[in-house]
Amino acid sequence: MDGTATPSVSACPACAVAPAAADVAAAARADDTAPVLLSVPGAHCALCISTLEKGLEKLPQVRSARVNLTLKRVSVEAEPGVTAADLIPEVARLGYTAHELDAGMLRASGTDTTGRDLMMRMGVAGFAMMNVMLLSIAVWSGAQDATRDLFHWISAAIALPTIAFAAQPFFRSALAGFRAGQLNMDAPISLAILLAAGTSLYETWNSGEHAYFDAAVALTFFLLIGRYLDHRTRAVARSAAQELAALEVPRALRLSEAGEAVVPVAELTVGDLVRVLPGARVPADGVVEDGTSEVDRGLLTGESLPAFAGPGTALAAGEMNLTGPLVMRVTAAGRDSSLHRMADLVAVAEAGRGRYTSIADRIVKYYAPGVHILAGLSWAGWMLYAGDMRQATNIAAAVLIITCPCALGLAVPAVMTAASGRLFRRGVLIKDGTALERLAEVDTVVFDKTGTLTEGRPDPTNLADHPRESVAVALALAAGSSHPLARALAEAATAMGLGPAAVTELREVPGYGVEGRFGGETVRFGRAAWVGAEAGADTAAWLRIGRSAPREFTFADRLRDGAADTVQALVARGLRVELLSGDAEAPVAALAQRLGIEHWRAGVLPAEKADRVARLTAEGRKVLMVGDGLNDTAALAGAHVSISPATALDAARTASDIVLMGGTLAPVAETVETSRRAIARIRENIGISNVYNLIAVPLAVIGLCTPLIAALAMSSSSITVTLNALRLRR
Amino acid sequence: MEVLALLIPVSLFLGGIGLAAFFWSLRGKQYDDPEGDARRILSDDWDDRPKP
Repeated sequence: MDGTATPSVSACPACAVAPAAADVAAAARADDTAPVLLSVPGAHCALCISTLEKGLEKLPQVRSARVNLTLKRVSVEAEPGVTAADLIPEVARLGYTAHELDAGMLRASGTDTTGRDLMMRMGVAGFAMMNVMLLSIAVWSGAQDATRDLFHWISAAIALPTIAFAAQPFFRSALAGFRAGQLNMDAPISLAILLAAGTSLYETWNSGEHAYFDAAVALTFFLLIGRYLDHRTRAVARSAAQELAALEVPRALRLSEAGEAVVPVAELTVGDLVRVLPGARVPADGVVEDGTSEVDRGLLTGESLPAFAGPGTALAAGEMNLTGPLVMRVTAAGRDSSLHRMADLVAVAEAGRGRYTSIADRIVKYYAPGVHILAGLSWAGWMLYAGDMRQATNIAAAVLIITCPCALGLAVPAVMTAASGRLFRRGVLIKDGTALERLAEVDTVVFDKTGTLTEGRPDPTNLADHPRESVAVALALAAGSSHPLARALAEAATAMGLGPAAVTELREVPGYGVEGRFGGETVRFGRAAWVGAEAGADTAAWLRIGRSAPREFTFADRLRDGAADTVQALVARGLRVELLSGDAEAPVAALAQRLGIEHWRAGVLPAEKADRVARLTAEGRKVLMVGDGLNDTAALAGAHVSISPATALDAARTASDIVLMGGTLAPVAETVETSRRAIARIRENIGISNVYNLIAVPLAVIGLCTPLIAALAMSSSSITVTLNALRLRR
Repeated sequence: MEVLALLIPVSLFLGGIGLAAFFWSLRGKQYDDPEGDARRILSDDWDDRPKP
């Protein structure tokens, strides 16, 4: 836990599509004394803390370990040269999954300085408010003459330095707003605080009756609470999003005369030879030089059928290698790669989305000038009526204090904190500040198929149609392979209670299937062409025993947990649900029917997905896009709001506003529901504070508002809106 | 009323102690992991002697 973190480079989500490789490279060179950071999402209790810390500290190479349960991280001080990769198995032995976190990409790895700064100002304002209020009570209860003046002077001595220190964030932001030529929320706040302090000082100097030091300090305190809540919500979301980005540190195995070396993807150049191991993603565009295998293009195109790859096959960055190791020559890296072209598509889509103005911003646009005009009019009115500058200024200050946008400054962040905290506990990560507001407006939901509604993992569908002996042979052959179809078959057959048949001489032929000998005959399990069969429309693997006719084992993509319920719940809520998939027509139609989705299209290209979303938007619909693949990225970025599962490619996660951390799709409907309730709560809060204003503002304008009324109106409205916001937590 | 001359400085001083304690806790990184600290109190790992 020290502050050795270096500032991160990329803040814009679209440019982070190709991960911030510079950071990765820098982190590799980071000094050895920096702690190793691991993300431990499973840690949740006191026992977890002590298991992890004790277990890690027992290791000879570890000096100390400290778990941060709030961020679900463990920071390990280790001997020089110890890397995260060395520690992850140790943590796994303790029973927790750990992911490497790139210290270079995690700015907030040590402490959050902005948050601490806000908290310090909050503490000072809170202390000052208590003391000034105490002194004010004496004045309200009737202190006279010299005593009142003394109390006012002491209040001034506490309040003025406090305001000078604690209210700085408002002054700074208001100034920045003025420079940009716009009136933001901090302008009326700053003016109210400054005017209240100024007139009060003048009144005190002239032994006046009313001083608003208490109100000025209380205002600062309440608004700082709102500012702090706002900051914390953003910080938690940002740190979790960075964590997601850091989960996939992109590296490639480069082959050269010197041998194999692990290099960051950014260092690859055209012509490099790269080895792609089974289970790894293709790091750049290229052509296969050596080896045969099958590749899963699901994340790029939405196809659920694995494709064959052999010498001469073109590979695109992001595809997953399935069975055999491949050696590939890089044909396009960095800017020219297909991954980067997709990023350009995303940039175009994002530009089309336009800027969303949050509710708070929309209200402030009318509120800020309105408040100033009201205060100005009261001042002018009193000048004309009584001609007393001092009295008129006092009344204008009172109007400003009463109308100060506490509801906006405190109520909106409080609701947002409560809502995103509630969703965070259910595994929903809100990445963007206005995402919930936008989600509440949604009337159309567009789903991707592979990897979103389905898990992108196959399930055998016709196992029961085959004789038990054939299945046992297939199981024996499949058990030796890491191909997803083989694994799915082995899993299902074992679940049926079958044991593998006695197949000998097992041999995997990467890219084709598995071969062996059974009862003196050659048995093969794999691609249709390899076993001598005609490939059908379904995803299938074929089994051939000796010379007998090949048998087809068909597979369907497994439905993601909660997919059916989610679609149902969304339809029941009156939303239009669409399914756009890059997959072939048959599986898409089958899935749409299974889930009861009326509107679906198959074989959709990435640009067409984005087009469809744009067309829906042009029709005046607010589209929620749920997708996971690279082919969804442009549509995700172009939609009004977007959700992707944690298993999505990092480009898709970066482009979306909300990420589902768990394996289930079930929280989607609840997130929509919560967002609607949150917006309703915000509107309620604004209504509540308007009621207070309606009562207190006329009093202030006609000059009947005393500091006591101001303090009461402000405190009670702040407390009511905060309590109302907290109701969302349940 | 003379008592005010004594009471006001005393109350400000006591409040100041509270503020100083808050600053001290803030600098001591006591707000970095509120959830973890709430749970740590339950573990009896270092009950007999302080963590070295």
